[in-house]
Amino acid sequence: MKVLRLVAVGWWLQLKNRSRSSFDGLLSILYPLFFATTIFFLYRQNGDEAALVSAAVGASLMGVWSAVSTSASTTLQGERRQGTLELLVAAPTPFSLVILPATVSMATIGLWSFVVTLLWGRFAFGIPISFDQPLVFVIAAVVMTFSLGLVGFLQAMASVRYRAAWALGTLFEFPVWLVCGFLVPLSSLPDWVTPIAYLLPPTWGVSAVRAAAFGGSPWRDIALCLGTGAIYAAIGVALSRRLVDSARGNATLALT
Amino acid sequence: MTAALRIFFFGGITSYRALFHWLTPWILIPTFIVEPIFQVLFFAFVGRDAGVGDDSFYLIGNAVQFAAIPCLFAMGNTIGNERYTQTLGLLLASPARRLPLFLGRALPVIINGFCVSLVVLVLGALVLHVHIPGEAWVPIVGVLVVTSFSCTGLGLATAALALRVRETAVLSNIIIGILIVFCGVNVPLSALPTQMSTISNLLPLTHGIEAARDLAGGGSWASVSGLVATEALIGLVYATLGMAMLFALEVESRRHATLELA
Repeated sequence: MKVLRLVAVGWWLQLKNRSRSSFDGLLSILYPLFFATTIFFLYRQNGDEAALVSAAVGASLMGVWSAVSTSASTTLQGERRQGTLELLVAAPTPFSLVILPATVSMATIGLWSFVVTLLWGRFAFGIPISFDQPLVFVIAAVVMTFSLGLVGFLQAMASVRYRAAWALGTLFEFPVWLVCGFLVPLSSLPDWVTPIAYLLPPTWGVSAVRAAAFGGSPWRDIALCLGTGAIYAAIGVALSRRLVDSARGNATLALT
Repeated sequence: MTAALRIFFFGGITSYRALFHWLTPWILIPTFIVEPIFQVLFFAFVGRDAGVGDDSFYLIGNAVQFAAIPCLFAMGNTIGNERYTQTLGLLLASPARRLPLFLGRALPVIINGFCVSLVVLVLGALVLHVHIPGEAWVPIVGVLVVTSFSCTGLGLATAALALRVRETAVLSNIIIGILIVFCGVNVPLSALPTQMSTISNLLPLTHGIEAARDLAGGGSWASVSGLVATEALIGLVYATLGMAMLFALEVESRRHATLELA
């Protein structure tokens, strides 16, 4: 119960904090809109309405990953810059339980981006968006968001010794958009990409959201999205112990 | 004159090395090589899925667009990172002439933008097996230089805004987003609403991308010289506007003591 409270309070605090940041808040919503707008124009050219609607859902989901990828990588660097990293590491609370809510809050902002982009598509481009299973669609989107928060958690932990971690986060933005089928079906990519895609939670999340939106059974994909996300979180917890202990042992936490 | 030249060349390169933090390989390679290649691949595959355009269209659009990334961010950092390192006040209190001071900072950025664009174009062509005629490469290099210059002109205006805006990274990202949508990077201008394509013609990149596409499609330098001249003119206008804004906002920031408030 104490852990749940810690995570919930941490998530809410981080969400309020980040929502007021122009980089994590405003830009996380605006930046994906530029790409979504490009994609709407692109798919509108050939007049295939079904493809446009499908692209609208995919382009909207891109914002969730966008909100996580760069920001998650800079989580620890941000704490370091504020002078709070040492305090968090020294606190009796497990370090991972402090960082996890932060990355989930980033994904939550991405969820806003998702909604805003869908509305942008509907009202600015007149894309007729209707969902086969609205409630399941919401569940799938929330699960995907949470799962991406878990991926972000691993990213944050992996970058504890990397001062220029934001570049790592930026690096992952397009590959994940491409490989996980946000817009391009996996069948259109080279065969060797498929096993990689299956290891990434967004692949299952995107598939689940699409199934909920356009008909199909999304539950297996929802479970796989959550399952793969949990594996990433477990690796993140293990890394947090090992890397943070190592950084403390070698006095390299501050990277000065 | 000697002092002005020294400020232009040595001041420019020193400032670039000190303030543009992206020069470490840990940032430079992911940001200027790997990410751009994936952006090219992403849009090439999206284009294939949408059944619109060919790989060459997306390769050239995105490769030329990548000239804008260092040009905007580095120029924004010129002011933003001076503030971060608490040297902005000292810089603006110095008697150095502003023209060589800021234009000198723009020169390495133009070279950086050009190099990024060229590397992305070459690597992207290899990855996507896009054939660009041998005789087109030299004129395309010329187009990339001019486009890097015009983007740096816009970067100067961004740098001026950084005198009043604290979040230069956010500002530069928003401008990059606008360029991606408006400049025909992935969507031909003919597919944009008329009002948008009118704005496109006033932005850097637009004419450079069009010229590069024409050259890759077999056009001659003579056939694109008008586009290149327009791109250069747009760059000149933005650079002039940027310098004027830098002068004006510097004066205003002194008068209202807002230099460190941004």
